[in-house]
Formats: sequence, C-alpha cells, structure tokens
Amino acid sequence: MTENQDQFNPVLPARVQPRRAPGTPGAPVSAPEASALVIRNLSVSFGENRALQEVSLDLPARAITAIIGPNGCGKSTFLRALNRLHDLVPSARVQGQVRLFGTDIYGPGVEPVLVRRRIGMVFQKANPFPTMSVADNVTAGLRLNGLRDRALLTERLRESLVMANLWDEVKDRLDAPAISLSGGQQQRLCIARALAVRPEVLLMDEPAAALDPLATARIEDLILELKESLTLVIVTHNLQEAARVSDYTAFFNMGRLVEYGATVKIFTNPAVQQTEDYVTGRFG
Amino acid sequence: MTTAGHHWRKFKDFLAQALTCACAVVVMAPLALVFYQVLKSGIGALSWAFFTQLPKPAGEPGGGMANAIVGTFELLGLAALLGVPVGVGGGIFLAEYGQRRVNWWVRFAADVLNGVPSIIWGMVVCALVVVPMKGFSAWAGGIVLGFIMIPLIMRTTEEVLRLVPQGYREAALALGIPRWRAILSIVARTALRGITTGILLALARVAGETAPLLFTAFGNRYWNHHLSEPIAALPLQIFNYAISPYEDRHRQAWAGALVLLLMVAIINLAVRALTRERLGKVP
Repeated sequence: MTENQDQFNPVLPARVQPRRAPGTPGAPVSAPEASALVIRNLSVSFGENRALQEVSLDLPARAITAIIGPNGCGKSTFLRALNRLHDLVPSARVQGQVRLFGTDIYGPGVEPVLVRRRIGMVFQKANPFPTMSVADNVTAGLRLNGLRDRALLTERLRESLVMANLWDEVKDRLDAPAISLSGGQQQRLCIARALAVRPEVLLMDEPAAALDPLATARIEDLILELKESLTLVIVTHNLQEAARVSDYTAFFNMGRLVEYGATVKIFTNPAVQQTEDYVTGRFG
Repeated sequence: MTTAGHHWRKFKDFLAQALTCACAVVVMAPLALVFYQVLKSGIGALSWAFFTQLPKPAGEPGGGMANAIVGTFELLGLAALLGVPVGVGGGIFLAEYGQRRVNWWVRFAADVLNGVPSIIWGMVVCALVVVPMKGFSAWAGGIVLGFIMIPLIMRTTEEVLRLVPQGYREAALALGIPRWRAILSIVARTALRGITTGILLALARVAGETAPLLFTAFGNRYWNHHLSEPIAALPLQIFNYAISPYEDRHRQAWAGALVLLLMVAIINLAVRALTRERLGKVP
C-alpha cells in the first residue's frame, strides 16, 4: 500500500464497534473468521413493497460468499444495499445496519461516495464506459476522483489488469476503445476497473451470467485468485458456480434469509427443507 | 373468401398507400419550391462583393451584406453563450436530479416557453435590456435568441441523457466517483453527440428569427464595433431590403435569403452526419 492509497481510501469515521448480541431477535449465523461485513436487521423497501426483510448475517473477510435464491428473492436488492446503491432510487428505504470492519455504512455523517470506494461492484452486464479507452476505463475511478500522478496511474493500470488476468490480452491495445473488446474481456475489464481503486470488498451481481462457458471459467478462476486479497460477495443464479467458487452460501427466498453456512454444508446437508428443495432443483 | 372481397381489400390497401405517398410528396414539394425560388432569384446577386462589402446607400446599386453575415454569426455566438449552458444545465437537472413533481413544472414551463411567439420575446427583452441600456444592442439580440434556444436545448438534452443506460451511472458511482463528476464525465460525455445535435438544431432554428431582432439588435448599415451598439443580421437585412422600393435591393434580399438558407441547410447536414455516425458506432 502506498501513501496515496490512504488518500484514496480514507478510513470511515470509526463510530460503532461491532457488538455481538446473541439471543436477540435476528441473531446472526456467525462465521468463524473475522467478519468484513456485519449485517443486522437489514430491510429494504421500495414504496409499499418490502423487497428485503430483517436480514442478519456476517460475511467473513477474504472469503467468497455466494448469494443464491430464486428470481425476486431479494439477492440483488441485498447486494446493492451493501454499497448504498439504493440511495439513487428515491422510493427506496433502507433500515438496519451494515458494518464494514466496525463502521455502520448507513450511520450518520457517512459519505456514500467513500463507502463505495471501499466496497466496489461488478454488474451482470459488462458496462465499460463507451467513450473511454481500455486504459482510461481502468483508471476512471482514480482519475475522476482527482488523481493526477501519471506514474501512479500507470502502475495501478498495470496492477489492476494483471490482477484481472487481462494484461496479456490488452497490453498492446490499451488505447483501443473499451467496447472493441469481447464480452468476456469487457467483464474482466470492469473487474479491473473496480480493483483499481483497491476496494476491501467486491460485490458481484451475476458476473458471468451473460458469458459463454469458457469466459465464465476464466471469471471463476479470477474470482478464486482475488480471494487472496479481498472479500467477495457474489450473487448467482448458477448453483454449480456457487458450489465451485464460494466458501459460504446464503440462500434467500421471498426477501428473507433462509439459511446461511459453509457452502459444503448448504449443498450437501442443509438444515432447512426449503434450502434442500432449492439446491436439488425441486423448486425455484 | 370471395374474389370480389379480395379485390376490394387490395384496392383499399392501394388507396392507403397512395394517400400517404401523396402526403410525402406534399412534404417534399414546398422545400423544393423554396430552394428553387431562392436559388433562381438569389444566385444572380451573389458575388464576391456581396460577402465582403457593406451595403451601399439606398438607391445606389452594388454593395454587399458582409456586416449582416458577420452579425448573424456574432448573434448566434452570443445566443449560444446564454442558451447552451442554461439549456444543457437544465436538461441535466431534469434527467439526473429532478424529482417527478418538480420536473413536471419545469417541463411544463419549458414547453410553454417554447410556444411563446418570438415577437413577444423581442418585446420582453426590449423592455428588460434595451430600455435600461438606453439603446438597441448586439447584447439584446443575443439574449433574445439565447432565451429562445433554452427550452429547445433543455428538452433535447434531457431526452438524450435518458437514453444513457442506467448501468453506466451505477458503474461510475460504484467506483466511488462523486455524482456530479459521474454525470459530467461519464453520462453527459456518453450523450455528447446527442447534446451537440440539440444545440445545432436550436442554432438553426434561431438563425432565421427576424421578429425578436426588430427591436433588440435593430440592424445596422455599418460594422458593429461594440456589442452595446446595434448590429446587422441577415434576416433583418432581408426584411429591410425586401420592403424597400429598389430593384437591386430586392435582388440582394434574395441573395441574403439564399445565404441564410444554405447556413441552415449546412447545420442540418452536420446534424445528419452526427446522428448517422452515432447509429453506426454505439452497439
């Protein structure tokens, strides 16, 4: 970590220390490792419609957590609540706590912009900025936040593309338009773009859903590598994908968390019948 | 399914096609007529002198409209100075920030403004700018044309910003980019071609406005040396020459009309080029 990193990831005001409250309503299913995100009684509603109800769980640091569940179960709503993207929707109302290494990102005085620098996001549809080159896309998060240091930008450009397993493919066409890349490359470019601001958590909303099997495999390999350095939360429709890459799995249904635990347990010996029905393909 | 019914149906189909075709011809015909008439009457008076010389005194043949041609560009520049920032800014507000109820009122206001007859704009700006400044001026002319441009630019800017996929906004914000920066550098940048198109169309629209200039820019037989003095403009010059009794001035009025028409046509061609490339490029 360079000094500039601090400037780019100012620590949020440390306000609340994570407190465990066993036995209280909504007590979490605790994971053994240190938690990156501690979520308590998180509810999201859009107008009259409650999309997410009273979700509590701990997401362990430097691990991959998969969020699975049928359409409309609240997976994406949950994910988007983790970096305050619902702030964009006027009718959206978020209640509860999301503590990132101890700090409630919905606490008073917390800037959503700073939260999002620590919690990045990759979307289902690859969305490189169409007016920018490959290189400009990767450094967009730094440049548009005022970073001017060319040497540092070049360093981060390379570092992020290498991390995203894209460097070898694009190193000779960094100035080409980003939309000239293939679909799979565009998605890895978006991952590189998110990595360039060095987030602590990376949220992925069905990152491989629009890709062919080969490109999907590359993204999955990449996700496994990224676990070394950051915390990943992946929403997926693909149960095999969840089983292949994740350490923990949370099963959502009807806006509620049904079951959460080690992926092996969820897929081989779930505690709740509904989970078993879903992972064995009997419903959903 | 009788044969007779079949023929009747075919005939109705033919009739509908013929009617719409006729309407299309009626759309094209006036344009052809305008171009033909203006070209025929105007081309004779077009000369090097027309583009380089000042008008001669009344009754004296020769001279040109150099001051009016330059004046039109100056007025359009001044108008853009007012109309572009306010129009684009308002469009960005409507598309990115405004709440539904506020937007409804802003759009309503813009649509009403759009329908205000241009002569009324001229009177209002005359009262608000010309009277306090104690004289007709290029400023007043630019301001009145700028006001006419604002609602046009605002609505097209809003429309094209709404076409930018939400995914780009979310991706930008998820990088921790402040909202204003994401809107300017990513959303508006993506829609830049469309915004430029809207600006050009607004310029083409006001380039030929005459009525609002009558008591703002006023017109000038000589060069305009200061923006606080009256300034010549092509539509004004055309108007003045067309109602004058001299044959030579009538010919020059036609030539002025030809130049103005070509200017507007060129702007529209530029718009075509911009929008065509956009269709070819964006996936």
